[in-house]
Amino acid sequence: MTDDGTPMTASQLTKKERMAILRHDMLEQDPEIRAHNFDEVNLGYALDIARQEAERCLQCPKEYCIEGCPVAVNIPRFISYLRDGDVHAAAESLLGDNALPCVTGRVCPQETQCEQVCLRAKTGRPVAIGYLERFVADWAQAHNGELAHATPRATQKKVAIVGSGPAGLTAAGELARRGHAVTVYEAFHAAGGVLLYGIPEFRLPKSVVQREVDRLVAAGVTIEPNAIIGKTYTLAELRESFDAIFVAVGAGLPVFMNVPGENLKGVLSANEYLTRVNLMGAWNPDSDTPVLHGQRVVVVGGGNVAMDSVRTARRLGAAEARICYRRSRDELPARAEEVHHAEQEGVIFDLLVAPLEVLGDERGWVRGLRCQRMELGEPDESGRRRPVPIEGSEFVIDCDMVVVAIGTRANPVLTSTAPDLRLNKWGYIETDEFGLTSLPGVFAGGDIVRGAATVILAMGDGKRAAASIDAWLTGEWPPASDVPEVAVASAAEA
Amino acid sequence: MAPSTCDDLGMHPIVARDQLSPNVTRLVLEAPRIARIRRPGQFVIVRKGPGAERIPLTIADADREAGTVTLIIQAVGKSTMDLVELVPGETIQDVAGPLGRPTDLIDAGHAVCVGGGVGTAVILPIAQELGRRGVEVTSVIGGRSREWVILEDELRAAGQVVTCTDDGSYGRPGFVTEALADLLVGGGVDAIYAVGPVPMMRAISEQSRPYGVHTFVSLNAIMVDGTGMCGGCRVSIGGETKYACVDGPEFDGHAVDFAVLADRLTTYRPFEAAAIERREACKVPRLAHEANREAAGAVR
Repeated sequence: MTDDGTPMTASQLTKKERMAILRHDMLEQDPEIRAHNFDEVNLGYALDIARQEAERCLQCPKEYCIEGCPVAVNIPRFISYLRDGDVHAAAESLLGDNALPCVTGRVCPQETQCEQVCLRAKTGRPVAIGYLERFVADWAQAHNGELAHATPRATQKKVAIVGSGPAGLTAAGELARRGHAVTVYEAFHAAGGVLLYGIPEFRLPKSVVQREVDRLVAAGVTIEPNAIIGKTYTLAELRESFDAIFVAVGAGLPVFMNVPGENLKGVLSANEYLTRVNLMGAWNPDSDTPVLHGQRVVVVGGGNVAMDSVRTARRLGAAEARICYRRSRDELPARAEEVHHAEQEGVIFDLLVAPLEVLGDERGWVRGLRCQRMELGEPDESGRRRPVPIEGSEFVIDCDMVVVAIGTRANPVLTSTAPDLRLNKWGYIETDEFGLTSLPGVFAGGDIVRGAATVILAMGDGKRAAASIDAWLTGEWPPASDVPEVAVASAAEA
Repeated sequence: MAPSTCDDLGMHPIVARDQLSPNVTRLVLEAPRIARIRRPGQFVIVRKGPGAERIPLTIADADREAGTVTLIIQAVGKSTMDLVELVPGETIQDVAGPLGRPTDLIDAGHAVCVGGGVGTAVILPIAQELGRRGVEVTSVIGGRSREWVILEDELRAAGQVVTCTDDGSYGRPGFVTEALADLLVGGGVDAIYAVGPVPMMRAISEQSRPYGVHTFVSLNAIMVDGTGMCGGCRVSIGGETKYACVDGPEFDGHAVDFAVLADRLTTYRPFEAAAIERREACKVPRLAHEANREAAGAVR
């Protein structure tokens, strides 16, 4: 029986009938209302809608969608269980492929991955794979007790994972499933990394992240918070105690604009702003951690972090919240849905605008951002058209707060204490095709290898590294990985 | 080190507490890993429990055998007020560290360690280690009046101590800068370690500049994570932006832009006042809680 009591039935539709079904939109909180609260924007599918949407999948012989997924979720399989009404089987299928489906169902840029290559996108709108994943994953969280939990045979091998963000948690889940004893070291007081400190509550509720972490702990993963590798322990100490290590510390250091006035009060990195609001709960007035409530907030940058910051500013009461981005709309690196949601919530987009200087008042607070208009010139090495300043186009945006969201760089806290670990010229860790670093048994993935990218690419790295580590531990080196290599998408916001 | 059995995992019980001055409290708490590896100048980020702020506190002392660290806390905001109310047996949930670069210590010669108010707590581990290295240490510590002078006995174990009080109620009357001036004029000072309020550190840096005596100051910038991630603690050193948490907290006082530091420290001041007000409003249940605790025979 299905969740709502309707019987499971194998789908009988013809291809023509499937093609006739229109994509089901996600129910959302009203923009006027949600711009003033931190509740989740997307409300999720109901079962009947999810099943109807699943009927749109053509179950193509050539599974482009799986190839488009950085963690190679068997998308047609879980969708086919779902359309037959067997959510339970769909959940077990999905969880078998993806350690954090509640997360990816909410934050993946599906439009450039699975949904982009969906055959239905050629003639219309693709199957809403992300929404279906979220539906099944949420069902799995709500029915966790009913799912089969295999207890793997312990291998007696110990793996340390440094960082509990998407790469680390994914690897932890995969390795625990293979019977290895996994300890995850986290610098903050709680596990989740960017899922916790970076992505806001209204996009990814922290309770959802906590339940995903709880599931890993129930599967035998040990999490040690407040442990900064490079400070509390060195990498060398971990190597003495563990059979393999996966370094997934992220690209933690915020990049600033390097313009005059950047140290004025009211200028802060998106990392600081979002960490105060998300991890420390400053959106709640009862939290002990303060956060500035700007009335006129300018967020510099055009990626997901910029969208998260500007939408947060709106929710904290900013009458005017603007994005200042030096290229045009087409180059915005953010997910399409985030840009759309931001616009709905009244965010103003100053496109083709670059900051020159932060202006301060006599008390050292921000009073404005002096900017310059840009136009697009020839393509640069990233393939995007280079923004070129327009002479004499300078102007000032009045504001009382500036959030800088123009990217991050490698945090040297771990790497500076591991002199034998080979880095590239930007300080990121060098790895081979299997995720192995220059140190035997030490693997790395996520942003500390790629530079700032996405949750799902980090998870793909975690999954690949877990397969490699398993091969390393069982002596079957080099590994035969079934996870496809995914081209590193350029998420740089330069 | 044993994997997955971290001795710093979980709660950190308070094992001792005493009052050093009217608003400065010494807490000794269990943190065996940090006690073993910390070095002078390093700090921890402390979070009392759910809903509490993460605040940086210098490790004033540590006992490797007992597995404890000493934090000396000036109660100025809600979070520090909450911390100093803890009594032995109660716990701090999160203690992360040791963070920051250890102090750049000289190996020989004469070091003057200047501490103003609670900054004296930062000076203590530096003076201790300098003393162990055989460096001649003169500590100059000060306070408004006698009751505000802290850690005199502990510093005396590391070398000689000059105490100063603004009102002349104890030791030498006047500011620490005046005592330092005499030492500089006397010559033979190889390094100065100065920690205290921003105006004090600025004054001392200006004072030592003509003598060319290297002057280390410790910057108590605002920070969240303590690992370089938030950038909130950025300070201007020789015209370059640095992060106090990972590049410091100690810097060359002659290169620090103290005006930027002092200004940035006021960022959240309105919030601090509001938080203290909220805290006062919650005093009634707190008092009931304290009465219960005393009834249960808790030792203060």
